[in-house]
Amino acid sequence: MKTYALALWILAGSLFAQNPVTFDRILNADKEPQNWLSYSGTTKSQRYSLLTQITPDNVKNLELQWVFQSRSLEKYESTPLVVDGVMYTVQNPDDVVALDAATGRVFWTYSYQVSPDARPCCGRLSRGVAILGETLYIGTIDAHVVALDAKTGKAIWDMEVGKAASGYAITHAPQIVKDKVIVGMAGGEYGIRGYILALDAKTGKEAWRFYTIPGPGEPGHESWAGDSWKTGGASVWVTGSYDPDTNLTFWGIGNPGPDWNGDNRAGDNLYSNSVVALDADTGKLKWYYQFSPHDEFDYDSVQIPVLVDMPWQGRPRKLMMWANRNGLFYVLDRVNGQFLMGKPFVKVNWMNGFDERGRPMKLASAASSKEGTFILPGNQGGTNYYNPSYSPRTGLFYIPTWDNYSSMYVKQDQEFVEGRTFGGGGPRPTTSAPAVGGFNYRSDDDIYGAVRAIDPKTGDKKWEFKMADVTDAGILTTASDLLFSGGREGYFYALDAREGKLLWKASVGGAVRSGPMTYTVNGRQYVAVDAGNSLFVWALRQ
Amino acid sequence: MTAFPMNRSTACVFFLASTALLAQHEYAPADVENGGRNYTNNCVYCHGPEGDQIPGINLLQGKFRRTLSDDDIARTIREGIPGTGMPAQNMNEGNARTIVAYLRASAAVPASTIAGGNAARGKTIFEGKGGCTSCHRTAGTGPRAAPDLSDIGALRRAVEIEKSIVDPSAVVLPQNRFVKVVTKDGSTVTGRLMNQDTFTLQLIDTQDRLRSFPIADLRQHSVLTTSSMPSYKDKLSSQELADVVAYLVSLKGARKP
Repeated sequence: MKTYALALWILAGSLFAQNPVTFDRILNADKEPQNWLSYSGTTKSQRYSLLTQITPDNVKNLELQWVFQSRSLEKYESTPLVVDGVMYTVQNPDDVVALDAATGRVFWTYSYQVSPDARPCCGRLSRGVAILGETLYIGTIDAHVVALDAKTGKAIWDMEVGKAASGYAITHAPQIVKDKVIVGMAGGEYGIRGYILALDAKTGKEAWRFYTIPGPGEPGHESWAGDSWKTGGASVWVTGSYDPDTNLTFWGIGNPGPDWNGDNRAGDNLYSNSVVALDADTGKLKWYYQFSPHDEFDYDSVQIPVLVDMPWQGRPRKLMMWANRNGLFYVLDRVNGQFLMGKPFVKVNWMNGFDERGRPMKLASAASSKEGTFILPGNQGGTNYYNPSYSPRTGLFYIPTWDNYSSMYVKQDQEFVEGRTFGGGGPRPTTSAPAVGGFNYRSDDDIYGAVRAIDPKTGDKKWEFKMADVTDAGILTTASDLLFSGGREGYFYALDAREGKLLWKASVGGAVRSGPMTYTVNGRQYVAVDAGNSLFVWALRQ
Repeated sequence: MTAFPMNRSTACVFFLASTALLAQHEYAPADVENGGRNYTNNCVYCHGPEGDQIPGINLLQGKFRRTLSDDDIARTIREGIPGTGMPAQNMNEGNARTIVAYLRASAAVPASTIAGGNAARGKTIFEGKGGCTSCHRTAGTGPRAAPDLSDIGALRRAVEIEKSIVDPSAVVLPQNRFVKVVTKDGSTVTGRLMNQDTFTLQLIDTQDRLRSFPIADLRQHSVLTTSSMPSYKDKLSSQELADVVAYLVSLKGARKP
């Protein structure tokens, strides 16, 4: 009875300690590593946790604690939040669930009714929610942003921010900056004109909007031939990062449309396949860097900008690290966007270097064609939306990687019809990869997936953990030098972050397509990841 | 993907006979391979493995009812032909193109040159002199590691069957690949590879046992790129070969052509 009373007291204590999540808490999330307050853990998006209870020595003692089985068979790509013992996650497409983070028992479920007009490319799903104060925010696949009471799941406001019938959608977790909720539009496969917008967190009223394709009279508009800017895509698929020192919010921008045929959109097609740095108060563009000008290979910059402060060539510098779908790893100066380094991390044949300004030197042969053009990396990229990680302890940058991967790019003429896909052709596989045809279809020189650790100072590979199949899994690192990830094969595993050695694995029976995270409740560390259509949570055996 | 309807009388597909081939795209071997799978999964029920089950058409010999470019064929696959038995396929452009690749590649290969086979005699050879039933399964009987031939006549062309008998290693379909594993205690197991991941490997061995191995427990494992089936080139006369091919072509399984 005494034990029971003690447990009740601890539980009550943890619940009573729930304080509103101020923006100051989000900014200083590393000071409360027991929580996971934003999609990537911190505004730097390193997906690195200071928790050290689980170590390379004891990780073999991880034991499954609970499973949340979502009522959706859609791919599960989200990362939950944990705030003072309460977990907030999604149930595809856009339901929100609050659970006891220690037991998985549900406090409440908010069911969102998606408009029949919704038509998101690539999955009817959400990658997560954001929190500010006692309010949760979700962007929906029919292009709404909804604010919910974090204690009850009751809707506070619901704003339509895009036209779902035209292909606009939101699939990423919103970003919170100060008193604003920032989201970007998906829909690059439907000929949308992309934008990022900030809403007042209290009212949902639009505070600013940044079009990812400049309009007439704006710088960069000339990078689109004719009227192609109106249907040029340049969408947003994943959450951005934020630097409080410069008050800049950084976002990766997706491919130009039509994806595989650039004939009618001559020019660089700004700001497709770029990172844009926006003033978080006004949405004004401070700088941009375009990774893949005039793309025809679907090389969206759908990656999380990872912010790192470290010496660069002898002096302290505020950096941005980026492993891009186009197969190259980049280091930029995040204050001014200066290109510092770019280097292939997988086989690449579309470019052969950079000019003095950091613009890639694209080969003349690297163009989609009616007959098909062989390009490395292929359409899913050297990496994709999969969360990378940076560990300040190891100094290594970790990339979920597809290597030996190519596609034949075929272009076709296509007329734009609002609300219909606008691809202009498509990629064809060049090998019978496991993902395409079953395992025994592969040969030794086929595509494979890996967790690849690179030294960001040089771009050189330090080690890799090679998988038989490809991977869509994100990566988490911890201050005990553990690395957690998984892959399409349905394993979730822990590696030694310094050497890449396998330390522990669990068969979860479904592809890991999400970014793992970690938290503590009452002093016990948990590790959570989505796999298949369920959320799995482990802790050390007691 | 939507299967074609089964009514042969309404399954008219490409209009206007023509054997002319337009100058067309080059296709990668992977396209042809994927196209063969897509053809089998989507087209074979109406058009047959030889592509000749619709009157006036022989898809695998480039004979259509009118001259068709690659674009025409891909569009027909995706959009169907209204008012006929040819439905639109729920298939993206890339997959439709692989079927075009398969049709074009097949048209470049001559049809079987052997004829006059007797299926009944072929069955006797298959079950007797040929010793085929020691590895192959037909009509629900026989071992399972080698390809089940119960419906091979509904899936493969005579020329392909003939080639597999004479030169089994020339083309080993990926799903039929064997794997050889050597365990740490030195025992060797061979069987058809069913699955493999970073940590484990699954196969069906030659005794029909489903077996799974942790890769860490194996001394070696390798996928065999050649067939373990012997060539019958010098073991069967040309008439016997024709008989066996005729028998195998007659095996349609439970599928309706």
